[in-house]
Amino acid sequence: MPTKIEKDIVSGRDTTGHEWDGIKELNTPLPKWWLYVLYATMVWAAVYVVLYPSVPGITGYFHGILGYSQRNAVDDAVRAVATQRAGTMDRIKVLSFAEIRREPELMAAANTAGRIAFANNCQPCHAAGGGGQPGYPALAAGAWIWGGTLGDIQQTIVYGIRSGDPKARESQMPRFGADGVLKPDEIQAVADYVMTLYGRPMGVDVAPGRRLFAENCAVCHGDAGQGDREKGAPRLASRVHLYGDDRATVVAQITAPRMGVMPAWHARLDEATVKSLTLYVHALGGGE
Amino acid sequence: MSRISKAERQLQLQREDAGEHLYANRVRVYPKSVHGPVRRFKWAVLIVCLGIYYLLPWLRWNRGVNQPDQAVLLSISHERFYFFNLEFWPQDIYYLTGLLIMAAVALFLVTSLIGRVWCGYTCPQTVWTDLFMWIERLVEGDRNERMKRDASPLTLDTAWRKVLKHAVWLGIAFWTGGAWIMYYVDAPTVTVEFWTGAASTEVYFFTFLFTATTYLLAGWAREQVCTYMCPWPRFQSAMLDEQSITVTYQGWRGEPRVRGKRHDEVPAGDCIDCGACVTACPTGIDIRDGIQLECINCGLCIDACNHVMERTGRPDYLITWDTLADQAAKAEGRQTTLSLLRPRTLIYAGALVIAVALMTGALAMRTSIGLSVLHDRAPLFVRLPDGGIRNGYTVKVINKTQSLALFDLHTEGLGGASLAESDEGLGPAAKLGLVVKADSVGTFRITVAGAPGRLGDGSQAIDFVLRNTANGEQTVYRSLFMGPPEGTR
Repeated sequence: MPTKIEKDIVSGRDTTGHEWDGIKELNTPLPKWWLYVLYATMVWAAVYVVLYPSVPGITGYFHGILGYSQRNAVDDAVRAVATQRAGTMDRIKVLSFAEIRREPELMAAANTAGRIAFANNCQPCHAAGGGGQPGYPALAAGAWIWGGTLGDIQQTIVYGIRSGDPKARESQMPRFGADGVLKPDEIQAVADYVMTLYGRPMGVDVAPGRRLFAENCAVCHGDAGQGDREKGAPRLASRVHLYGDDRATVVAQITAPRMGVMPAWHARLDEATVKSLTLYVHALGGGE
Repeated sequence: MSRISKAERQLQLQREDAGEHLYANRVRVYPKSVHGPVRRFKWAVLIVCLGIYYLLPWLRWNRGVNQPDQAVLLSISHERFYFFNLEFWPQDIYYLTGLLIMAAVALFLVTSLIGRVWCGYTCPQTVWTDLFMWIERLVEGDRNERMKRDASPLTLDTAWRKVLKHAVWLGIAFWTGGAWIMYYVDAPTVTVEFWTGAASTEVYFFTFLFTATTYLLAGWAREQVCTYMCPWPRFQSAMLDEQSITVTYQGWRGEPRVRGKRHDEVPAGDCIDCGACVTACPTGIDIRDGIQLECINCGLCIDACNHVMERTGRPDYLITWDTLADQAAKAEGRQTTLSLLRPRTLIYAGALVIAVALMTGALAMRTSIGLSVLHDRAPLFVRLPDGGIRNGYTVKVINKTQSLALFDLHTEGLGGASLAESDEGLGPAAKLGLVVKADSVGTFRITVAGAPGRLGDGSQAIDFVLRNTANGEQTVYRSLFMGPPEGTR
């Protein structure tokens, strides 16, 4: 309680009685209504504490008599959005790709749904925007192993590749080295030849390699290494390679091929999401 | 430190008990009506301001089919601000910034020249308070009558007058709140919707919110807003100097103030200490104390005092518009000249001219075309089977015209660039034709394929050139075409 209230000689006003190092504070009273506003906020706080979740306990908390919960509010909002989207997603489910692409609003919805589904499910392997990484195809590049039409992409997403699903895309490259089909020096020769197919000649005579390629590889990969989508044989005459284009990788791939697996998604994603995903992947830049 | 006497301490304790020490009771202000040139000017400003505010939303303006026909409309739902012939998009928000800068500098300039005339004449708080006081005076009578009514026990006559006053206040407040909404939605439509219950919750909420604020601020809070809530009076003294023209009591002429008859042996100024200036003041201050925070510079005390000077046969304008410098000179019997051109006013005026020139120039050179190109964040580039490089971009084309338009998009700076748009299956081609609806933004995902660039990191600048085929307007957006670093190609 301030006790040394004085009258200031210059201004003729009272001080508050507070003093700091000889400096005294003039009393400039606040208006009463200001004080009442403060009381009103206190009343507001008291009412709020009763109505809303407020007081924490050891094992729980006081829920407030309105029973408001942010968790429930989020659930309600999510349900509301799902209901709102239901019409659009149902239409994406039943319409054909051509029909969806004719409706800009439907296409926009599919692109958005596809983008989110891609980020949640595909991005860990295929990288953001379908940029790909070694062992995982770059979807945006258009170097399709199994085909890049909307139907091809949808088929791959639904059933996967070597996924164990009966309808999965299957291909098997022989283990030329590990199973002793080709001798190590023959494998080296084939590798030298394959590298010329995409413009990285090693400066050696590739005639033996060419002969071995024609005998062993061309049946699937094609005479000029153009690949075969029916068999799932990658195009070798390309600057885009699934596992890499340096010599060691090529040799390793001929000796004991790595054959990647893509899961079948029909059990995890509903039909409308798969179709949205298909449209999104197709639009990344590589679609055919 | 001197100790205070017991009696004084007793008095202070009493005051503290009454709660009057740290918190002050409001002193009710009963402004007396005045007549004169200042009051007439203030009425004129009030009528113009309120007239514009209430009637502007009803002004129609033809913009063609499917366009709102309201002259001034800040359409939240369509994200457009219509101001007569001008149409602003949310992207044009810097025009609002410019307008606010101009308004602030203009306020500084006016204040440094002629004091707080904004506060005294055009501030909405002043205008509506003035209107509400006029209603109060019509219903309850002038100052003396109102004071008598409030001091005596409630009679039936006082009661119905109070009820009528608040009813009229609420009516005006409601009209004010309703007019506010009309700046955001079509006025005739919202009026019908409001009364048929078809308007949105937001419309009802904001109408009643602004009804409540108008009623409370103009009816009840009044000068408390200026004194306690508004920040402007707190720093307006930074704009004022001794050359600013403000409402001033000419102390050298008025002092010493003496009541009643003048005698030769007692020195007496022109001020007869009648208090007319105090009773006329809407903020309840005494102008004879000089410039103070509460003074809104409205000058009603001038009219009040002139009336008294006339009756006492003294020259009028004992309270007048003048500068501190001129007053000091006059007190010493000197003459000074008004100095409007001072560093302060020149700087404010210069800043204002620059701001106005910049904003007018920007407004005049506005185009109806807009382009924004956002490079994909991932992947930065894609290597194609044939060895080429492809980049992805999100391209936004703004069509501010009122008709559907075909835009040509091509790139410059990248030899042999091939553009494609996948959603509509456009390209690949060197030039794409993009169709954008009237008055809207078209978003396209464009891929550009080409050979890796010339820069050390394989990137290079690329210009996106957009042309509206309908009116020939063109714009360029510089972006980047990225590729693998040297040696990894």
